[in-house]
Amino acid sequence: MSIIKKLALVAGIGALMSSTAYAEGLSGKVIGFSQIGSESGWRAAETSVTRAEAERLGVDLKFADAQQKQENQIKALRGFIAQGVDAILIAPVVSTGWEEVLTEAKDAEIPVVLLDRGIDAPEDLYLTSVASDQVKEGRVAGEWLVANVGDKDCKVVELQGTVGSSPAINRKQGFEEGIAAATNISIIRSQTGDFTRSKGKEVMEGFLKAEGGGADICAVYAHNDDMAVGAIQAIKDAGLKPGSDILVVSIDAVPDIFAAMAAGEANATVELTPNMAGPAFEALDAFLNAGTMPEKFIITESKLYTPTDDPQGEYDRRKGLGY
Amino acid sequence: MKRQALTSALLRPQFAALAAVLFINWLLFPGFFTITWQDGRLFGSLIDVLNRGAPVAILAIGVTAVIATKGVDLSVGAVMAISGAVAAVMVSTGTPASIAIPVALLAGLVCGFWNGVLVTYLDIQPIIATLVLMVAGRGLAQLITEGSIVTFSDPLLSYIGTGALLGLPMPVVIALVLMIVTTLAVRRTALGLLIEAVGVNRSAARFAGISSRLLLLMVYSFAGFCAAIAGLIVAGDIRGADANNAGLWLELDAILAVVLGGTSLLGGRFSIPMSVVGALIIQAMNTGILISGFSPQFNLVVKSAVIILILVLQSPQAGQWISRRFTPLTPPPKRSAE
Repeated sequence: MSIIKKLALVAGIGALMSSTAYAEGLSGKVIGFSQIGSESGWRAAETSVTRAEAERLGVDLKFADAQQKQENQIKALRGFIAQGVDAILIAPVVSTGWEEVLTEAKDAEIPVVLLDRGIDAPEDLYLTSVASDQVKEGRVAGEWLVANVGDKDCKVVELQGTVGSSPAINRKQGFEEGIAAATNISIIRSQTGDFTRSKGKEVMEGFLKAEGGGADICAVYAHNDDMAVGAIQAIKDAGLKPGSDILVVSIDAVPDIFAAMAAGEANATVELTPNMAGPAFEALDAFLNAGTMPEKFIITESKLYTPTDDPQGEYDRRKGLGY
Repeated sequence: MKRQALTSALLRPQFAALAAVLFINWLLFPGFFTITWQDGRLFGSLIDVLNRGAPVAILAIGVTAVIATKGVDLSVGAVMAISGAVAAVMVSTGTPASIAIPVALLAGLVCGFWNGVLVTYLDIQPIIATLVLMVAGRGLAQLITEGSIVTFSDPLLSYIGTGALLGLPMPVVIALVLMIVTTLAVRRTALGLLIEAVGVNRSAARFAGISSRLLLLMVYSFAGFCAAIAGLIVAGDIRGADANNAGLWLELDAILAVVLGGTSLLGGRFSIPMSVVGALIIQAMNTGILISGFSPQFNLVVKSAVIILILVLQSPQAGQWISRRFTPLTPPPKRSAE
């Protein structure tokens, strides 16, 4: 009995602390959520955070896993429309082919919020889109490096994401913008690590060999944390200290990078928040209850984490999110 | 006589291709052949080629046997993910690695056996039968890891991926031992001959008294077993099981290694050591691209251009053309008529 009371109390405080203005607004509303699938740890975390947010707000969340297929998402959306849900959240798997089903939702007067990815469709077909700014993520990482190397010369090696993917292109561009003003920082090598740990490790091994055992490398910038974790192992194998001999900066803020940070082996990560649903629910609340049109593109915060931000605590907190 | 056999073996296009790729790597990066001794192990780009090439080489050993029976195994990449996932989940929940490793190998063996059953007893074409596990296997691995990367710090399991024996990285030692044992097993017994017989004509082999079903079951199970070893190496290397990415597309690299090694996809004649050489050619190219400093957009273009060149050089037509041009030592037939 007391445990349930405590839980209720905690949930109540949580509800009060965030979005107090709309605290009771979405309670009892039925919202459909069409998720892409669970192709990465981040995606799993997004799902569990969305569920937790829905529970906190008293939303009746209808969850549909599309298993990476657009036709499943379209089917799920039609199902939601037929059930007459109050709103729909969708993380679109591809950017094209949504006009028809979104028009059906519009005709049924069901607001649709896009999560995490944009689409090529007329803007009046959806209420708003909640996504991160990938260029900004890269810029924050670059600016961190500029602020931390001071005046000394710094040669950076870059581990890119999958060639041609939008996060790889944007995070590269952002980082280059971030370091553009600093003439002492230059990217000397850049290769793709396909966003994976093993490729990140293999590519870093190659970089270390090619740059005189790594003595010339001052920092490694990885487009995601997984590649950074692989690179950290390669740096250790080469007899150097990641985090001090070679600075490690990356993007995503998954739990394992905080474990590395707690061990002093990583220096900074920029968060790609899995909480896309929070801003989406706020926008829906304002729209459904007060008729306020939200901004068309809601950009989530790209927060920088360094070893001063209690990495062990962050690790423990995130581990439970299903990363 | 002996010298001639040795020269002709070394003149095989595979060795020429490997030497050429290594030479180009050396031109791009003069320190390529430098090997130093560091922390009780050899350290250098050439060692990286061997170390990173080991998983594909191990896959290729298993896939060679399958291809020699006129089959193909597309599932080895997914089986790698399964075995890595099984081992990682077991050690991270407290099971000792000495139990988790045999269980993971057994899982690979079972996967291979399943392929074998589909091919022999249900008579499904190998490309389709193994495609089933290629797709489903990765899903299975994701179920085992519950969609996340399962990390571990078990010393024995990470030793398989990152340890060293006599200065050589453990994956290289494992690949070398597996290659020697398998080659001996197929060449010092009749096993190799039986595999080739089934590959050339399964019905004829059966009429000749070869139990082709048993043989096929063995061969597919062996490919699964090899894939499980490769999966343990890859998991041990990053101290984690990444079900989404472990072994992804490596089945294609393994098949390419077998083809580069000169084994025909139509079954029959095969060579396990040459498949390993094929795997090394692929990895030498990968490592070369990494240290060359080319922009990553060129990776696949460079790789495919080199592969096309090697395959052209290996074709019978090119072989005839080369031997016509460059063998002035053969006496012209006219003289003997005089």
